[in-house]
Amino acid sequence: MQLTLTVNETPHELDVAPNTLLVDILRRELGLTGTHVGCDTSQCGACTVHMDGRAVKACTVLAGQAQGAVVMTIEGLGAPGNLHPMQQAFQDLHALQCGFCTPGMIMSAIDLVRRSERLDENAVREGLSGNLCRCTGYHNIVQAVLTAAARM
Amino acid sequence: MSETGIGKRVKRREDVRFITGRGNYTDDISVAGQTYAAFVRSPYPRARIVSVDAGAAKAAPGVVGVFTGQDLAADGIGPLPCGWMVKSKDGSDMKIPARPPLAVERVNFVGEPYAVAIAETPEAAKAAAAAVETEFEELPAAASLAGAAGGPQIHPDIPGNRCYDWELGDAAAVEAAFARASHVTRLEFANNRLIPNAIEPRAALAVYSAATEEFTLHTTSQNPHLARLILTAFVNLAPEHKLRVISPDVGGGFGSKIFVYPEETAVAWAARRVGRPVKWTADRSEAFLSDAHGRDHLTTAELALSESGTFLGMRVRTKANLGAYLSTFASSVPTFLYGTLLAGQYRTPAIHVEVEGLFTNTAPVDAYRGAGRPEATYVVERLVETAARELGVDPAELRRRNFIQPDQFPYETPVALVYDTGNYQASLEKALQRADYAGFAARRRESEARGKRRGIGFSCYIEACGLAPSQLAIQLGAGVGLYESGEVRVNPTGSVTVFTGSHSHGQGHETTLAQIVSDKLGVPFEQVEVVHGDTGRVEFGLGTYGSRSVAVGGSAVIRATEKIVAKGKRISAHMLEASPDDVDFDEGVFAVRGTNKKMTFGEVAFAAYVPASFPDDLEPGLSEKSFYDPKNFTFPAGAHIAEVEVDPDTGVVDLVRFVAVDDFGEVINPMIVEGQVHGGIAQGVGQALLEHGIYDDAGQLVTGSFMDYCMPRADDLPSFEVDTTVTPCTHNPLGVKGCGEAGAIGAPAAVMNAVTDALGVKDLAMPASPERVWRALQAV
Repeated sequence: MQLTLTVNETPHELDVAPNTLLVDILRRELGLTGTHVGCDTSQCGACTVHMDGRAVKACTVLAGQAQGAVVMTIEGLGAPGNLHPMQQAFQDLHALQCGFCTPGMIMSAIDLVRRSERLDENAVREGLSGNLCRCTGYHNIVQAVLTAAARM
Repeated sequence: MSETGIGKRVKRREDVRFITGRGNYTDDISVAGQTYAAFVRSPYPRARIVSVDAGAAKAAPGVVGVFTGQDLAADGIGPLPCGWMVKSKDGSDMKIPARPPLAVERVNFVGEPYAVAIAETPEAAKAAAAAVETEFEELPAAASLAGAAGGPQIHPDIPGNRCYDWELGDAAAVEAAFARASHVTRLEFANNRLIPNAIEPRAALAVYSAATEEFTLHTTSQNPHLARLILTAFVNLAPEHKLRVISPDVGGGFGSKIFVYPEETAVAWAARRVGRPVKWTADRSEAFLSDAHGRDHLTTAELALSESGTFLGMRVRTKANLGAYLSTFASSVPTFLYGTLLAGQYRTPAIHVEVEGLFTNTAPVDAYRGAGRPEATYVVERLVETAARELGVDPAELRRRNFIQPDQFPYETPVALVYDTGNYQASLEKALQRADYAGFAARRRESEARGKRRGIGFSCYIEACGLAPSQLAIQLGAGVGLYESGEVRVNPTGSVTVFTGSHSHGQGHETTLAQIVSDKLGVPFEQVEVVHGDTGRVEFGLGTYGSRSVAVGGSAVIRATEKIVAKGKRISAHMLEASPDDVDFDEGVFAVRGTNKKMTFGEVAFAAYVPASFPDDLEPGLSEKSFYDPKNFTFPAGAHIAEVEVDPDTGVVDLVRFVAVDDFGEVINPMIVEGQVHGGIAQGVGQALLEHGIYDDAGQLVTGSFMDYCMPRADDLPSFEVDTTVTPCTHNPLGVKGCGEAGAIGAPAAVMNAVTDALGVKDLAMPASPERVWRALQAV
């Protein structure tokens, strides 16, 4: 199928099979390897990106569903020297270790902050329960999200 | 002192690439012309391979080749070795089953690979793998640890499925201790099987150059030099100097990426065979089936006590599940990393442990975060807590009565270790205060008023880290020494490149080691670069596991900086017309004592590479290396306290508080250390409350996805309260002990002591799932 979508403010026209996963389009077709794949059952959240302003697991979106979509990945969020407050808070609070879950965690956390009127520790923990991290025990991730929420 | 020196909370420099999506993990790397591998795996726990028909698979579109175990064997690619020889009680060598990278005649666990398809796309490779037609003769399996000894014999040459029957300690002394005991506490329990689940699945990308006959293998390894050594010296893939192993950014390991697996072996071989690069990335289902699992013990443990509650002796019998084959370090985990830790923090004078290592038709079991030490701590700390309850003594008080005292170090245990230093009571008292132990009774009443149960539990753990003095390790059966290398290369402009044989897969070495070198050489932190994870750039190394990176790898780097300073003194003395003995080095300045003559570090570096008038005995250049062999293990220790509230209606355990007070010796970066403790605790709590790798009676893995295997999520855990005490390690230059495994070692016993306290039961199996807790409450 002919797929038209915008990724990180760049429009793309691609010829892909309709059952291609959005995460494979990002990683393989567009070389955006910041979005990771950690499982095959939509459980880990490492592939989380923003599609039309909402967090989605890119391993569960088919090319056909992404037709005309506006997608934002970790690469489009902020670069060194011009980091998004969530990225900055993750570094400031040591909210990452191996870094593999981090892009998905950051994309989920931003969506969580945007959707929430008020966030406390429990709400952050519940809100991030779709993203697995094996390194941090989530302690510093929770602190980072609360910090970023105050800064955003 | 600078804001980036030793002891400072320096933000991690590696974070910048990770938070912006610029990490460089193995699967992120692509090369021109690459093909993709998909493995064909056994659906049976045990079967004879009658025939493999790859005809249809080879003919499928986009397929480059399909290969079986026979093809690798024909090329002389040989079995994957186990690197640690353990001997049985009778002095005989452990039994080692041959483990071909791809199975040839038999498959012995579900998920064992026996063929590989190579194709133009991952989809084509998977389709080809699915099209391989195999006739199996299914054989009866030994699926469970409990039934392994009497079950079907898995390997023709290994009767009773027994790898070894190992012991440590003085059995007669233990008998005598039990004979005069006034109380014996006895427990029988399992240490549940865990599946490591680093979030990055294992992956490999192999490139072969026909021109130079060199392989480059990018892979998710915690120890690339060890992988190179095994793949060349033992597996016969290539001469060692013709294989370069690169472990770029690696997304967590926790032990599971120490080992050399069939997949990277087959991928590297296939790259030469098909003449094109080959890439493989595990999907999560493959990871569950084929990553080495952890723990899986059945243990009977007894503690003999005197009337006054003094520990007299301990007797431990353990069956350890090794899986179907011996993974790279599998044999050492339930023996030398387990039995040696059974003294814990106590003066127990007589200990005897027997361990039967048994094969089953399950995935290989090997080191997983803590590796033997969580199992040992669970034995000791569940026994001590249970004894305290049985004797009606406060569990903190019973521990105080039996702690090794600060003036007793160095302390030789009855299980072969010499602890160099510690202050166990200091950690416990601090933890009791942080946990408000005094207020627990009131909190319990308050919970009970709401119809809930509340419990508190302790775990005073010790671990042996910084593996290990090479001579000792090799005496005990290790196939390699366990030193580490460090090289400090000062560039002509005065910046510094540090090469370490340690490997970071989340631990932050690029920051921590730069802090150390910056501090010691007085070079700005930003001017120090750390290189790791590439056998083509780093001379040699043993990698990262067992909390050894700073204790051993950092010590090597320190030794190399000392050589840099010594050479710098000779250079500056020559330039300043003084004797090297009269030159002092401080904060990046070489100064001639008693004069105002001095040179900065940068000036000396420049002079080293622009040697206008060096004498014959002074070589140009400023680059030094060291191989540091530790003199002893390090012994991190601490006190962990868990508090839980249980809902008796649902059986749900709410971990309401977790306090950890750890003694890691000196700390280089407290922020990173706290993060390591948090992550370890989460894995330990996961073992206690959530995680369990389960095979059914037939040998099928029941918990083969994140939908079945309960990983700790953010809303399963509380925030943790972590603190430290400090007794510096006495035998390494930094006084450090290691912090990477403490949480996973201490937490399970603390949580289960709290859960059993809340329920008023002697024991409960891990994980303390709602169903188990609810059933236990119905039975009380």
